Amino acid sequence: MNEQQQSLWSFIQQQSDKLLEQTLAHIGLTFISLLLSIIIAIPLGIWISRKKQWSGTILGIAGVLQTIPSIALLGFMIPLLGIGAKPAIVALMLYAFLPIIRNTFTGINQVNSSVTDAAKGMGMTSYQILFKVELPLAMPVILAGIRTATVINVGVATLAAYIAAGGLGEFIFGGIALNNTNMILAGAIPAALLAIFFDFLLARVQQLNIKNARISLISIPIILVGLSSFYLLPATIKGHMLAGFTPEFMGRSDGYLGLKSKYKLNIRTVVISDAVMYKAAFENQLDVISGYSTDGRLKAYDLVVLDDDKTIFPPYYAAPIVRQEILTKYAELEPALNLLSGRINDSIMTDLNYRVDHLKEPPEKVAREFLIRQNLYKEPRNGNKGIVRMGSKIFGEQYILLQMYSILIKGNTDLTVETKTGLGGTKICFDALTNNQIDMYPEYTGTGLLVILQPVNNVVQQIIGNKEKVYEYVQKEFINQYKIKWLKPIGFNNAYALMMRKKQAGELNIRTISDLKMFIDNN
Amino acid sequence: MIQLQNVSKQYANGKAVDDISFSIEEGETLVLLGTSGCGKTTTLRMINRLTEPTKGDIIVNGQDIKTQPPELLRRGIGYVLQHHGLFPHYTVAENIAIVPNLLKWNKEKTARRTDELLQKLQLSATVANLYPAQLSGGQQQRVGLARALAANPPVLLMDEPLGALDPVTRASIRKEFNNLDELKRKTILLVTHDVQEAFELGDRICLMNEGKIVQIGTAQELLFNPSDEFVSRFIKEQRFQLELESIQLKEVWRFLPKAIEGTDEKLLVPETTLWEAIETISQAKHPEAERFATTVSNQKKQIEIGSLMAAYTNYKNSIKA
Repeated sequence: MNEQQQSLWSFIQQQSDKLLEQTLAHIGLTFISLLLSIIIAIPLGIWISRKKQWSGTILGIAGVLQTIPSIALLGFMIPLLGIGAKPAIVALMLYAFLPIIRNTFTGINQVNSSVTDAAKGMGMTSYQILFKVELPLAMPVILAGIRTATVINVGVATLAAYIAAGGLGEFIFGGIALNNTNMILAGAIPAALLAIFFDFLLARVQQLNIKNARISLISIPIILVGLSSFYLLPATIKGHMLAGFTPEFMGRSDGYLGLKSKYKLNIRTVVISDAVMYKAAFENQLDVISGYSTDGRLKAYDLVVLDDDKTIFPPYYAAPIVRQEILTKYAELEPALNLLSGRINDSIMTDLNYRVDHLKEPPEKVAREFLIRQNLYKEPRNGNKGIVRMGSKIFGEQYILLQMYSILIKGNTDLTVETKTGLGGTKICFDALTNNQIDMYPEYTGTGLLVILQPVNNVVQQIIGNKEKVYEYVQKEFINQYKIKWLKPIGFNNAYALMMRKKQAGELNIRTISDLKMFIDNN
Repeated sequence: MIQLQNVSKQYANGKAVDDISFSIEEGETLVLLGTSGCGKTTTLRMINRLTEPTKGDIIVNGQDIKTQPPELLRRGIGYVLQHHGLFPHYTVAENIAIVPNLLKWNKEKTARRTDELLQKLQLSATVANLYPAQLSGGQQQRVGLARALAANPPVLLMDEPLGALDPVTRASIRKEFNNLDELKRKTILLVTHDVQEAFELGDRICLMNEGKIVQIGTAQELLFNPSDEFVSRFIKEQRFQLELESIQLKEVWRFLPKAIEGTDEKLLVPETTLWEAIETISQAKHPEAERFATTVSNQKKQIEIGSLMAAYTNYKNSIKA
């Protein structure tokens, strides 16, 4: 425990610049959106307290906004407002609506009717009644709503890191992706402290007696504007090229850290989730992104992979891994599976993924059509010699490969196939394989090395740059340790890659990461 | 000062006020009396336009109220509510200063008026800086009245002003109000469901039922000359006390025993009501030793409980005849 604390402390010290920057961005993000929300929601709350017939509709809409999952709400904002601060602020603002509108409405409604009656009877105008009677008396309830909204916003603002708006979410999601507890805590602890601190602060304001309601009416907007100014809009920093990287990529030595150390690449970056990254690049909001080299969206959004000329990205060549036992039992299985070897390169795989992920074609159809084109398709023999159980992880590429192997086995052997798709991540697939619940699934060399085998660091460093050496290493170790055989690689490499829009890359004549570095340094 | 001409108020579920007309003279107090839901509060609220009449005209101070902006109209009419309606976030002084501030009085004038009112309503100066929640019910109601009187409006509308108080506080504040010189000069419309209160505070009483006026007149007219069964029934329970309260010594003077000469009697003013006279006599410390008398046009007559009751019976018979 002590060691854990020590290393957390040293992590925070190392990253203090970044932490400060993220914290300020987080505070700013929270309060700009809160301020905007107050400006809209309080008048709306007042309005529905006047026009009660609208209260159901308005509160209903605000309630629906509240129930949209935060990440989805952020996602909805991208097509409208792009990435970065704008959509994050708008989404957070929408989240803060419900508590503020509802409490303004309730606060005004609960003002004793004999008080408003007296105010009216004495000849106050409706504005005077609102500002001198209703709002001051509703203030404690309205403040309670603002307090709720603040705590919600501090929490939801962590998600802003997914759409390049910064904040403490960068550490939290980076840490989760990299399985780095210190990084998660360095983001989560300040976020929690912020929520507690602002909650406490607003609770104090709320407890000021009724007389000081007038003071809080004035002081709150000032505090809000002050806090909002922490958020220096990223758009104000000018630069030629903007890169958007996933939180995971930002923290990996075979990711952004490698780009900096090996390529000396010095590019302006924002953190963003891979769910929106490709689209943002397509819409000119990002120039360079980190992606996977066979992702279907590469084609869908007309992007091109920059050549990793100094090989910092480890190879992720795909190959079926099969239990040795079943290969021995059915000797005809291995040749059938190896029919696919060398047949699919990166661009073919990208195209197949595009058809499944983007055009929503069924994986069976895509697999069969590909095999027919390659003259590998044979009608199923409907044999009953035995069963091969196949598994896959949950994404399109794995489904396609699984269908291809299924067709190949049924067409070339007397075996039948049983598929178990959607086995979650690497860990689940591999455990199913070693526990004899499935016989094979497609795996990637880099994953086998870094996730399953996890050899000591200097072994990784010796072989990581060379795809043959990685393949040889995992093949040897899997047989020795698990009695599992890596068959021949299929051909494509689903590795990390830097991507740009095809058009822009062509215009600037950038083909490799070194070209990109040269271009950035010269401008 | 206030005239209502054929005023009606129609709500979706029926008529709250049905074609009523009456007028209140300057300096007069008219009490609207009736059960809840009889339309008396609606009638009052139409006068300061908190409720707009469906039909009919209301004239205040010679001017049709529809011709003036409601806010300006209301600033010239004092308004006292049942649940005092004091602003909980204003101090007593700030509450009293609301209408003067709306009328843009200077601070000094407002402060002077506030002090004056606090004194008249027997509120100590320290109360000025307290919040309504720190006051007793009786004090809150006094502040409510002070607030209505602050800008010295000629007309006062009082909606169940004592309705929220306990009977003891109620009776004592009622007495205070009755003796307040500021109120004597005002034209007042007071709404109540309390018969006792109506008879004690009203110069005239307007008894309402189901949105209509049943009878409008002085206390004695209602007591001794009711227009119908409803009126008698309404005041039946307190009739005896009300009657004694409505008759003054000078009115039964002629039925009292012969004039006397003497010097050691305690004198009661001729405007004393029979009720008060009986109370005074029965609460005397030495009933055997003390004697009471009253003087009308320099003639003195002794009063005792027995002779008063006899005079009261004779007086009643005389006006019924």
